[in-house]
Amino acid sequence: MPQSAEKVLDHAPLFREPEYKDMLAAKKANFECGVSDARVTEIADWTKSWDYREKNFAREALTVNPAKACQPLGAVFAAAGFERTMSFVHGSQGCVAYYRSHLSRHFKEPSSAVSSSMTEDAAVFGGLNNMVDGLANTYSLYAPKMIAVSTTCMAEVIGDDLHSFIQTAKDKGSVPQSFDVPFAHTPAFVGSHVDGYDNMVKGVLEHFWKGRTRSEVKGKVAIIPGFDGYCVGNNRELKRLLDLMGVDYVLIGDASDQFDTPADGEFRMYDGGTRLEDVAGAQDAEYVLSLQSWCTRRTLEYAATFGIKTASFHYPMGIQATDELLLKLSEISGKPIPAEIERERGRLVDAMADSQAHLHGKKYAIYGDPDFATAFTRFVLETGGEPTHVLSTNGTKHWEEELQPVLDASPFGRDATIYPLKDLWHMRSLLFTEKVDFLVGNSYGKYLERDTGTPLIRLTFPVFDRHHHHRFPLWGYQGGLRVLTTLLDKVFDTLDRETMDPGVTDYSYDLTR
Amino acid sequence: MSLDYENDGEAMERIIEEVLDAYPEKFAKRRKKHLSVATPAGEAEEHGEVKPLTECDVKSNIKSVPGVMTIRGCAYAGSKGVVWGPIKDMVHISHGPVGCGQYSWSQRRNYYIGKTGIDSFVTMQFTSDFQERDIVFGGDKKLEKVIDEIDALFPLANGTTIQSECPIGLIGDDIEAVSKKKAKEHGKTIVPVRCEGFRGVSQSLGHHIANDAVRDWVFENKGGVEQNPDTGFVPGPYDVNVIGDYNIGGDAWASRILLEEIGLRVVGNWSGDATLAEIERAPKAKLNLIHCYRSMNYICRYMEEKYGISWMEYNFFGPSQIEASLRAIAKHFGPEIEEKAEAVIAKYRPLVDAVIAKYRPRLEGKTVMLYVGGLRPRHVITAYEDLGMEIVGTGYEFGHNDDYQRTGHYVKKGTLIYDDVTGYELEKFIEKVRPDLVGSGIKEKYPVQKMGIPFRQMHSWDYSGPYHGYDGFAIFARDMDLAINNPVWGLMKAPWKKDAEPAPTLVAAE
Repeated sequence: MPQSAEKVLDHAPLFREPEYKDMLAAKKANFECGVSDARVTEIADWTKSWDYREKNFAREALTVNPAKACQPLGAVFAAAGFERTMSFVHGSQGCVAYYRSHLSRHFKEPSSAVSSSMTEDAAVFGGLNNMVDGLANTYSLYAPKMIAVSTTCMAEVIGDDLHSFIQTAKDKGSVPQSFDVPFAHTPAFVGSHVDGYDNMVKGVLEHFWKGRTRSEVKGKVAIIPGFDGYCVGNNRELKRLLDLMGVDYVLIGDASDQFDTPADGEFRMYDGGTRLEDVAGAQDAEYVLSLQSWCTRRTLEYAATFGIKTASFHYPMGIQATDELLLKLSEISGKPIPAEIERERGRLVDAMADSQAHLHGKKYAIYGDPDFATAFTRFVLETGGEPTHVLSTNGTKHWEEELQPVLDASPFGRDATIYPLKDLWHMRSLLFTEKVDFLVGNSYGKYLERDTGTPLIRLTFPVFDRHHHHRFPLWGYQGGLRVLTTLLDKVFDTLDRETMDPGVTDYSYDLTR
Repeated sequence: MSLDYENDGEAMERIIEEVLDAYPEKFAKRRKKHLSVATPAGEAEEHGEVKPLTECDVKSNIKSVPGVMTIRGCAYAGSKGVVWGPIKDMVHISHGPVGCGQYSWSQRRNYYIGKTGIDSFVTMQFTSDFQERDIVFGGDKKLEKVIDEIDALFPLANGTTIQSECPIGLIGDDIEAVSKKKAKEHGKTIVPVRCEGFRGVSQSLGHHIANDAVRDWVFENKGGVEQNPDTGFVPGPYDVNVIGDYNIGGDAWASRILLEEIGLRVVGNWSGDATLAEIERAPKAKLNLIHCYRSMNYICRYMEEKYGISWMEYNFFGPSQIEASLRAIAKHFGPEIEEKAEAVIAKYRPLVDAVIAKYRPRLEGKTVMLYVGGLRPRHVITAYEDLGMEIVGTGYEFGHNDDYQRTGHYVKKGTLIYDDVTGYELEKFIEKVRPDLVGSGIKEKYPVQKMGIPFRQMHSWDYSGPYHGYDGFAIFARDMDLAINNPVWGLMKAPWKKDAEPAPTLVAAE
C-alpha cells in the first residue's frame, strides 16, 4: 500500500509506485491488445524523419493540433472590454460553456457569457424565440448596460438574421428600444478567433457610430488593443505610457480590469471596460490605431469610411516596435516622448546589452496568432537570435508576404522559413528535422517540448499550465524587459539542467553568468 | 467565514423564492420547477431495496432557459468529451469547425499510458477544420480525405470516430456512408457519432448517442470490419468491466487496483485508459460495474438484454461507500471473493483511520454545496460525511429523474436541490447559504473564490486526484483540507475597512 496519511501521494508520485506499475503493465499485457513495443518505437522513429515530414506536409484535409480557435471566442473576449457588457451568444449552448471555460482557464478569472440555448426545434424553425426570451432574461438577471450578441456556427448555418431578431425582441419588450444591443455575425467556419474579435469590435462601433455626427478632435486617438491573452498587463502598461505622454486617448475595448478583479469577498460580474459614451466619442478621434493589425482589418476599414485616419501595428513588443508606436503617438498628439520613457528604453537596451552573449545566435521556432508571431520574430532579431520556423495556423499567405521582408532585412533572419496555415503537428516535424534551441508559443506547445525535447517558452494565449503570466506586460520597454528575462531564464535553466550531472557534466555548472 | 446557518427547509424555500424574483414571470415559473428542498421520503418501501432518505423531486432533463448562464454543455461534449474521447488507441475527429475540438482538447484529465501521437491519441486535437466551402458543398469528401490522411500518418491508430459538430447534421452530410466505405478500405473500425451540439438539452443526450454508437458500430459492427477477433482471450469466472470511469487524475487506476485485489479480473475499462479491444471484448465479461450511471447506463442495459450480463452500480468515493460497494460486488461472486473483499477492507482500515484521524478534526461540521455532472452530486456526499462534513445543497447539470431519485438515498431532509442551476441562481444561493466549501466546475470556481469561499473543481479534481478508491480518499481528504484551511481566506478584507472581520485563527497545516 503506497498511500499513507502522513505523506499523501497525489497522482504524480502515486502511480510511480511498484503496485501501480505492475497493475498497469498487466493491463497492457493482458487486455489492451496493443502493438508491440518494437513496432511503437519503429513508428515513433519514423515520425521524426524527413520522409514523415514530407507526408505530413502533403496533408490537404486533416488538421492536427491547430493553434487557433473559432470566431465567437474572439467576440466574447472583445465584448468583455466594454463597460457592464454581457456577451450573448446566439446558438447552441455548449459553445458558450467552452468559451467561458477557455477564458477562465487562461486568466484564472470568472468569464461571464450567456447563450440563447438553441436546440433541435430552433434548428428547424429558427432561433427568433430564443432571442426574444433570451434577451429578456439576460436583461432582467444580470443588469447589464449593454448586451453584445454574436453567433455560433449553428445560427449561421440556418441563417438567423441578428439585426431583425434583435429589433423584433425590442419591439416585443425584451429590452427597452434604446438599450444597446450591438451584434456581430461570427461563423466558426470562417477565419478564427482574431476575426471574431474584429467583427465584434466593428459591431460595437457600428452600433454607436452609425447615424452619429462626427466632429473631429485633433490629436485624439482611439486605440484598439486586439485579441490579447496578456491584456491585463499589456493594457495597463499601454495606459501608463499614454498618460506619461499626455495623449488624449480612448481604448476601444479594455478587458484589463474585467479579467483581473480583486478577491475581497465580492464577486464583480462586471469591472472596468471602456465606457459606452467613450465608445461613441471615439468616432471624433483623429486617428484609430490598432495594436494588432490582423485582429482589426474590418474595423479599421469601417473607421476609415468616416474619414478617420488609421494606422496599425503588430503587437508592440521589443525596442523597434515600441519605438514605432511611440513615434506615431507623438506625431498624432504633437506631444514629445518624455525623458522618463526614453530612460526606460535605455534601460531595456542596457539589459539586452548585458545579456546579448547568451541570446546571440540562439535558434527559435515561433508560433501563434499572426500579430504575435510577427512581433516575437522582430524581438528575436533584435537580440541577435535566429528565428528558424515561424508558423501560424490562422496566418495566411498574405501574412507571410508581409513578414518575409522583415526577415530579409536582417542577417539573423536569412535562414528562417514562414509557415502560414500550418498546425502544431507540422511544427512537430519541423522540430525533429530542423532542430532549434527554443520553442515559443502557448501551453499547447508542451506536447512539442515533450516529443522533441525543445524547451518551451510560453508567451501567448492560452497559458493554462502556468499561473499569472498575463498579469505582467509584454508590451512597451517594460514589457520587453519581461520578455527578455523570460527568454534568459529559459536559457539558464536549460543550461543548468544540462550541466547538473555531478562529476559528469557539472564542470560548466557555473555560479556566475 | 461561514455565517450562522441552520439546515432548515423553510429557510431554503424562502431563498428559492427570493432568487426567482429576479426573473421575468414566465421564466420564474419555469425555473421554480427545477428548484426544491429535500423532504422526508414517503413510507412506501420499495421491495428489497434500501429506502431513500428523502424525496428530491425536481424537473430535470428539459431545455435550459435562453439568455441565462447555464452551466451545461452539449451533446458533442457528452460524446467526444466524456465517452469516446478517452479511448486511447483511436483517433477521434472533431468533425466540423475548429472550435469544439480546440476547447475540448486535453481539458478532461483522462489519464492514459501510451505514446501520444504514435499509439495513443487522447491529448490531441484532430479536426476537419470546416471552412465556408465545406458548409456550402458538404464535408463528406473532405472527411474521406481526413480519414485517409489519418491512416497514412498514424498507422498504429486502431480506429477512428467521427464526432459531429453542429453544422454536420444541419447540412445533411452522410457520415455513416463515409464510415462504412472507409472502414472497408482501411480494414479498421470507423464510428460515426451524431452528437451535434444542438441535439437534446445538454451533454446527456451525447452520452446516450455515444452509447448507441458503441452498440451499433462496435458490438453490432455496422461498419462491417472484424478488427480484433478475440484470439487467445479466455473468459474467466471473475471477469468484470468497469463502466463509466474516465480515469480523471487516475481514478480508474485507483479503483482497478482494489477490484484486482479482491480477486476480480478487469477486462475492460470504459473508457478511461481504454483501448478499442477493451470495448469490443466487454460482452464476454460476467458483470458490468457501473460508476457513472448517467453516462453509460444505456450500454449496460443493452449488454444485459443482448448478452445477459447483469450490471450493478457502485460508489468508490470515501471509505463508507467503498466498503459497502466492495461487499456488494463480492456478494455477486460468492464466498471466495467475499472473503478477499473483507481482507482488503481490513487491510486499508488503518489508512482510512489515519486519514480520518488527521483530517476530520480540521473539517468537522464544515458545510458544502455541490453542483456537478453525472454522478458526483450524490456519490461524493458520503465521502464528505466520512470527514464530518455536511452537504447543504446539491444538483446536477444534466441529471434525469432517476438521478434525482437516487440522490434521495444520499441527502438529508432540508438539503437545497437545484437542477440545471443558472449562474445567477447558484451565485445567490451561495451568497445566502455561505457554505464553507463549494464543489463545482471551472466556470464557477473564480466567482466563488472572489466571494471568499473555498472551492474545489469536482469535475477535474482541480488538477489533483485520483479521488476514487482508498488511495484516492486520502488525496480527497487532503484536498478538502487545503482548500478550506488555507490562510488566504482570512486575508480578503483590508484591515482598514470598517466592517472588516478579524482574520480567523487557523490551524496551521502540518
